[in-house]
Amino acid sequence: MSQTQEKYVGQPVERVEDAALLTGSAMFSDHLPTRTGTLHAAILRSPHAHAEIASIDVSAAKAMPGVVEVLTGEDLRDISDPFLIVLREPILQWALAVGKVRYVGEPVVIAIATDRYRAEDALSAIEVAYRTLKPAIDPEEAAAEGAPVVHEDVGSNIVSTRDFVYGDPDAAFAEADRTVKLKISYPRNSHTPIEGFVAAVAYDPATESYDVQSNFQGPYSTHTVISKALRVSSSKLRMRTPNFSGGGFGVKVQVFPYIVLMGLASRVTGRPVKWIEDRLEHLSGATAAPNRIVSIEAAVRNDGTITGFRFDQLDDYGAFLRAPMPGPLYRMHGILTGAYDVKNLSVTNRLLLTNKCPSGMVRGFGGPQMYYAIERLVQRIAVELGLDHYEVIRRNLVPAGVFPYRAAAGALLDSGDYPAALEKAANEGKLEELRKRRDEARAEGRLYGIGYAAIVEPAQSNMGYLSNILPLEERRKNPKGGAVSNATVNIDPLGTVNVTADSIPQGQGHMTVLSQIVADNLGLEPGDIHVNLEHDTAKDAWSIATGNYSSRFTSSTAVAADRAAKKARAKLARIASQTLNVPPENLEFGNGRIYAADNPDNSINLYRVAGSAHWTPGNLPDDMEPGIREIGSWSPPELEPPNDKDQINSSLTYGFVFDFCGVEIDRDTGEVRIDKYVTMHDSGTLLNPKLAEGQVHGAFAWAVGCALYEEFAYGEDGSFLNGTFADYLVPTAWEVPEPQIVHMATPSLVTPLGAKGVGEGNCMSTPVCIANAVCDALGVENVTLPLSPDKVSALIHGEERPPPEGVETPPAPKGASDRVIAGTGEAFVPAAQEAVWDALLDPEKLAAVIPGCHALDRVGENEYRAEVTVGAGPVKGRFKATVILSDMDPPNAATLSGALTGLLGLSEGTGRVTLTPRDGGTALAYDYGIEVSGTVAAVGGRMLEGAARALVRQFFERLASVLGGGPAEAPEADAPAALWWRRLLAALGIRR
Amino acid sequence: MPQLSRDTRHAISFTLNGKATSGHAEPRMLLSDFLVHELGMTSVHVGCEHGVCGACTLRIDGTVSRACLTFAVQVDGKRVDTVESLSPEEGGLSDLQKSFRRNHGLQCGYCTPGILMSLDAYLEENPKPSEAELRDMLSGHLCRCTGYVNIVRAVMEHVGNSP
Ligand code: FES
Ligand code: FES
Repeated sequence: MSQTQEKYVGQPVERVEDAALLTGSAMFSDHLPTRTGTLHAAILRSPHAHAEIASIDVSAAKAMPGVVEVLTGEDLRDISDPFLIVLREPILQWALAVGKVRYVGEPVVIAIATDRYRAEDALSAIEVAYRTLKPAIDPEEAAAEGAPVVHEDVGSNIVSTRDFVYGDPDAAFAEADRTVKLKISYPRNSHTPIEGFVAAVAYDPATESYDVQSNFQGPYSTHTVISKALRVSSSKLRMRTPNFSGGGFGVKVQVFPYIVLMGLASRVTGRPVKWIEDRLEHLSGATAAPNRIVSIEAAVRNDGTITGFRFDQLDDYGAFLRAPMPGPLYRMHGILTGAYDVKNLSVTNRLLLTNKCPSGMVRGFGGPQMYYAIERLVQRIAVELGLDHYEVIRRNLVPAGVFPYRAAAGALLDSGDYPAALEKAANEGKLEELRKRRDEARAEGRLYGIGYAAIVEPAQSNMGYLSNILPLEERRKNPKGGAVSNATVNIDPLGTVNVTADSIPQGQGHMTVLSQIVADNLGLEPGDIHVNLEHDTAKDAWSIATGNYSSRFTSSTAVAADRAAKKARAKLARIASQTLNVPPENLEFGNGRIYAADNPDNSINLYRVAGSAHWTPGNLPDDMEPGIREIGSWSPPELEPPNDKDQINSSLTYGFVFDFCGVEIDRDTGEVRIDKYVTMHDSGTLLNPKLAEGQVHGAFAWAVGCALYEEFAYGEDGSFLNGTFADYLVPTAWEVPEPQIVHMATPSLVTPLGAKGVGEGNCMSTPVCIANAVCDALGVENVTLPLSPDKVSALIHGEERPPPEGVETPPAPKGASDRVIAGTGEAFVPAAQEAVWDALLDPEKLAAVIPGCHALDRVGENEYRAEVTVGAGPVKGRFKATVILSDMDPPNAATLSGALTGLLGLSEGTGRVTLTPRDGGTALAYDYGIEVSGTVAAVGGRMLEGAARALVRQFFERLASVLGGGPAEAPEADAPAALWWRRLLAALGIRR
Repeated sequence: MPQLSRDTRHAISFTLNGKATSGHAEPRMLLSDFLVHELGMTSVHVGCEHGVCGACTLRIDGTVSRACLTFAVQVDGKRVDTVESLSPEEGGLSDLQKSFRRNHGLQCGYCTPGILMSLDAYLEENPKPSEAELRDMLSGHLCRCTGYVNIVRAVMEHVGNSP
């Protein structure tokens, strides 16, 4: 028998998850069985950013077939409590809006029906009257005196201000050769998993308990928020999650408000209720990483040495402060000095609320924003001092040989050699060649730049990091710290090894890694280890840290599993020692057997030893418990509560990432092309290099999106502008280049497996690295992400110039903005001009012609009112239209102005239509400008193009058939991408 | 096409992965909802319901289609193939699927069946794509986990075009 068992930890082992995923048998949340009779929910959401709810009428909706119940915020108020938050401020949020709506997409009414289609039908019959209020959107305006206040009872949109000082920043700035300053604004974005939220909840009146199936990802500190909102003790809230989730990236913490909502819906209806989020709901209403404005200053010496930092951070959390907010500010707190050896630091953190979707956890969790400020500033230091950027980074790094190193704000950097990593990256990534490439490109007049970024990647959050938001006296009363993980190794009567744990995976391959760890401990193959990571709070071990976030797995659950496996091994060794007559410490495990180290032939099958713990417990050593079910738990001692000096070791492990890249910018289009990207990672010991590399690729791809494409856009009236994947642009295989990954492995000193986190580093380093390269290419002082072609073009060529004399622009209504849609179109109807004009003035004919028209009345000489249902892209709704005709020139032309109002939003516009006789028929030409708001504003031009064309075509076809003529010619080649709105109004305009 | 009425569940019969299958659906029911909620197909994943993400991709009479942009009644009498159809007769994984596993071409796996179905059709037409051609074709699918690198590697290795 071979004595040496191959070790699997550290090997690129293929994943045990993949067979089920590749063949389609893996069950995601939507596939999980629910009880017969489960009802389905649809949610009516606010079309307004800020409005009082004047009234809600659900009577018609309730009477519809299949509809079981329709509930409003007032209905839930009596049976639930507002969500717990970290601050003692009256920021009250229930599962549905109460009294007021505070962001576009906020849930207002839930309809529960026998199926989802009928639940959605019910939404269109609900009448909500709003009194709109001025919204707080722009962060700096919202933070100023006199801004509209999101929560009146708080009195201000700034809901927390905390100042921190470490070292002596005033002295550092006084003694500095100079101060370098920068103000940055980081956009609002999200990782948008391809699978949206799913929650199915069954309430049991007999035990007054809730059984939840969802794709919630933890942290389970949120379990308390849910149980308090539902007014039950924790044991009456059973949360179950499956083995497979379609991506999480932090975002799926925010399933929790919907778990509460479906729980209450189930309680009221007495039946299980299931809800599946759609994409428009996700983009507008799920969550986002907070946008942040940072004013940052560095005290520097002329040689580039940084001696102090000053931060002023304004973080925009949207309309509510949902748990675990304001994590993005405080999770990074201990590591505010980044990769640099800077002892003097001051920081002011201001938490802002605005009329946007509430923020939540998103991969990188505060890191992208923080490093954008620091690493942009370091680039500025280099430029202002006339030094090489790479050199400025190198000069300021935490030096080798000082680990563990206590950073100014309290992070205990566990291990690393940052200068060596820098050098390795420069060598293997061929930095010198890249510099030549830049010089050559520039010599040819091309726009080429190099960017750098050095960051420290924290992993496994200290559960006490949010305490720093509280003043010292308060947090002394209830000091919080630590982070507990759990895993169980259970060997069944036939000797099969089963593992369960608290990791709540979403694609990272945790099953595989746990199988590697346990296999190594027990001398088995990973394929022998059965890992089941379905989690059930009613039966599995869990703690507040349970879940999958903050790159927690490798330094938590993996360690717990290692401990559990070691306990199982110790137990097996003691049992085997009785049979083999060898002391347990002299036994080895390998190839499924337990054997004497000095005499491998003296051996026994592991499964027989394990089986004996079940079949013949009487033969076990006296003090030994029967069966083999060993629990490993771990909380690293380094995760202490914040100390009296406000220092906090906010995470357990700290990896190092150094990136550099070359970008070329197309002078004509403003397109940024990543020519070369090198990313160096020291993430400690890699448990599975293949999976670690996959994490880097994934984080990098999202980061490219953040740098170049992704931003949740809001109009100045708070309208949400990109609610589909055709509007919120996510990079595809075409846009994401392959980064060159350079590895270094300095084992962590604080986790037994030596591993650190690896999944978030590029989310922090890559956006700013690309921004630095663009600044280098263009020689500009600052840029704001995402670096879309129009933004970059404006940097190259200045703002867009007005069109030359004589070129007409379509009319735009007052308050013109992003949401103004303008265009022109033409059509031909084979009927006489007079007949067309008359038809367009005849309410009956018009009602028959307008697609989706339910009723149309003439309410004044030249004024009409209509009710229409229109759908385009993922939205469909019923609207009330008012149209006023003016400047009439019968039968040649008319101007119309009007408005459409409905649950999905409001639009106002004007248009002009002209009729000209041509070829025995009538040619119609129209132009228009329309401003949209509300849900429909989230569906951009591209998505609606097809629908718009179809509507216009239908209009003219019907007009032609009403007039008894032949088929109308659908307008060809429309003017600029047009929303169906403008089409519809323009079409309405034709009736004259 | 037969006249369909709104609130009626119409009988539909079609061939699903080679097997005769039937069920009932209202005219407005999406094929994606029908396959997941009526037939319990775990291989069908919905990511956007507006045709952009590609997660729901399958083949209808051989043509690559988005299940979320198709009504269930439209497949009456047709052949529908989902990722289950790729498994070799003896079970297990196809060569392309094996290459995905070897190259770590999937993480959460939510986008994967749709990508495999597009590839299945694409490689029939273009068995040895260049990397640029492949990336162009893959741009019809969104994956938020893998950064696409290992998907590209898996396919290039499979077609024997690896660099
Ligand atoms: S779900 Fe069909 S394309 Fe996205
Ligand atoms: S593997 Fe998760 S979306 Fe592609």
